Amino acid sequence: MSARKGQKRVLLQGNEAIVEGALAAGCRFFAGYPITPASEIAELLSMRLPLAGGTFIQMEDEIASIGAVIGASLAGVKSMTATSGPGFSLMQENLGFACMAEVPCVIVNVMRGGPSTGLPTNPSQGDVMQARWGTHGDHPVIVLSVSTVQDCFEITILAFNLSEKYRVPVIILSDAVVAHTREVFTFPHAREIQIVDRALPSMPPEWYIPYEDSPSGVPPMAPFGEGYRYHVTGLVHDVRGFPTQRPEEIKALINRLFRKITQGFHEIQKVQRFMLDDADVSVIAYGSVSRAARQAVKEARREGVRAGLLQLITLFPFPRSSVESVLKQCRGVVVPEMNVGQISREVKRVNRWECKVEKYNRVDGRLITPKQIRQLIFKLGT
Amino acid sequence: MSQGVTKLIHKYLRHDKKFPHVWCPGCGNGIVLGALIRAIDRIGLEKDEIVLASGIGCSGRMPVYVDFNTLHTTHGRALTFATGIKLAKPSLTVIAIMGDGDATAIGGNHFIHAARRNLNLTAIIINNQIYGMTGGQSSPTTPYGSYATTAPYGLIEHAFSIAELAVTAGAPFVARGTVYHVETLEDLVKKAILKRGFAVVEVISNCHVQYGRRNNMGDPVTMMKWMRDHAIRVEKASSMSIDDMEGKFTIGVLADVEKPIYTEEYQKIREGAIKGRPTGGPGHG
Repeated sequence: MSARKGQKRVLLQGNEAIVEGALAAGCRFFAGYPITPASEIAELLSMRLPLAGGTFIQMEDEIASIGAVIGASLAGVKSMTATSGPGFSLMQENLGFACMAEVPCVIVNVMRGGPSTGLPTNPSQGDVMQARWGTHGDHPVIVLSVSTVQDCFEITILAFNLSEKYRVPVIILSDAVVAHTREVFTFPHAREIQIVDRALPSMPPEWYIPYEDSPSGVPPMAPFGEGYRYHVTGLVHDVRGFPTQRPEEIKALINRLFRKITQGFHEIQKVQRFMLDDADVSVIAYGSVSRAARQAVKEARREGVRAGLLQLITLFPFPRSSVESVLKQCRGVVVPEMNVGQISREVKRVNRWECKVEKYNRVDGRLITPKQIRQLIFKLGT
Repeated sequence: MSQGVTKLIHKYLRHDKKFPHVWCPGCGNGIVLGALIRAIDRIGLEKDEIVLASGIGCSGRMPVYVDFNTLHTTHGRALTFATGIKLAKPSLTVIAIMGDGDATAIGGNHFIHAARRNLNLTAIIINNQIYGMTGGQSSPTTPYGSYATTAPYGLIEHAFSIAELAVTAGAPFVARGTVYHVETLEDLVKKAILKRGFAVVEVISNCHVQYGRRNNMGDPVTMMKWMRDHAIRVEKASSMSIDDMEGKFTIGVLADVEKPIYTEEYQKIREGAIKGRPTGGPGHG
């Protein structure tokens, strides 16, 4: 960023903007495996990372990719991988390791239609629940969604910042449309970009307790090789990182893992409100569908319907309070998704009001159009 | 205990934390750990410089006992984590400790690719020919015809020879030792750590509890005698006939060649990219 003078406008595709965002955020390690529609991220980073003094490596599979990413992060380097559905499935085991051992890392999943090999070149939003619950066991995780090229840049930086601050893996859900659409992108000034780095221990090694609780619930993280010799494991561990089976220690760990995220809800749960202030019918959408939704809301407004859009940036932890305020205010809410209904279930789960929640789903590999959403807005608005 | 041993224990073990260990009486894992610690001590590495990464299984518990930067990863994945650590901080001495099922079944793909890729890592594979921790199921190195809890009628699969597999996959340094030949083992581990490149040491070990007990070798002494009687030094094996080698295995250094090291090659890429190429990429128009 430092080489740039003033703001620069370029034509970028979503995958390229993710690369720019990652580099701006300080990512200096990428390990990945080729997969459509995510491969451009790896290709571009293989060229850019050496120039930034970083490291790119193509691994033998996605399991190895996330393993290397976690290893690099343990050595103190901000790290990322990118994949699509089948690769994301393979990453689930080590994703859980990163949750358990509290290793910051960013995983980009450019969603394709599924299940299985599915529709490699078509967009989908079928991995929403997998992103939240894909790895086994109760675990906290942060899931963000992107809808534009500008988003890809900014949300990638946000993903790194949240990952570093909370020591948790952050998953970015993109899709084939966002990934491959070229849009005008404006680079922000370097000084406008806020970067968060993980907290390092401020105490000498002999005082360092690697998994000790604190008001934030996020312990400082010592990189390997800096004098803080400690143990990292995927087993349930005590505050020193050693395996434990004591009920009180198990409970304390799992509760802390969740508490550190719960306490950060106010800054983790990002949404964009569009024409919502006086809305009585709203759309709740995320990813590329929210682009169509925005258009539909504008068109509905022109025809006299007080429509609004709540665009979810953070999908998990589910931005409940933002969704609740819309449900409370509106008589109807449409939840369009390119899956059979994943976020709509969450919306219905938190609906304690008279608001009618209507889901709309497309699973044919095609985008949901503004017209389709507009029709649903009219249906609920009359 | 000799004073020298006590000194090593105090220096390297987390003796105040997580003992007693989980291994069965007579287990070979302790012998491997001893050889590893003595090799490290002889080389004179600082504890801060060392990362010991393991997978899952009895061998996977080794890092918890030693005062290094220690990492207990997921099953079969130790080398993938080790790869990330080494790339991020090439100055660290990164040692992966694995079991036979860990390294050659679930982690088999990572193992051969790590050998091919040639980072400066050390891989120690404790081959006890069985899944010990989970209760004696057959592994990729369980001999044909032997019994295991998942081969109650005798195993009909054929075993990997781990060291030979590593040679074929391209590892520039490959050795095999046993927990019977302790001094040799220490020497091989030392050579492997000092080797510039991916170095593999396969250690034939005993699981008399889960393997021996079901295969007429139910105590550690019997299993160690079997190692003594079946291990042939590489130098001697070269002059023996195929018939004489039947049922035997070699110990010693099986391969020791020079190959370009990944991290050094990558550094050249970095320097070349910065010098020779305009800062390309779409962001730079």
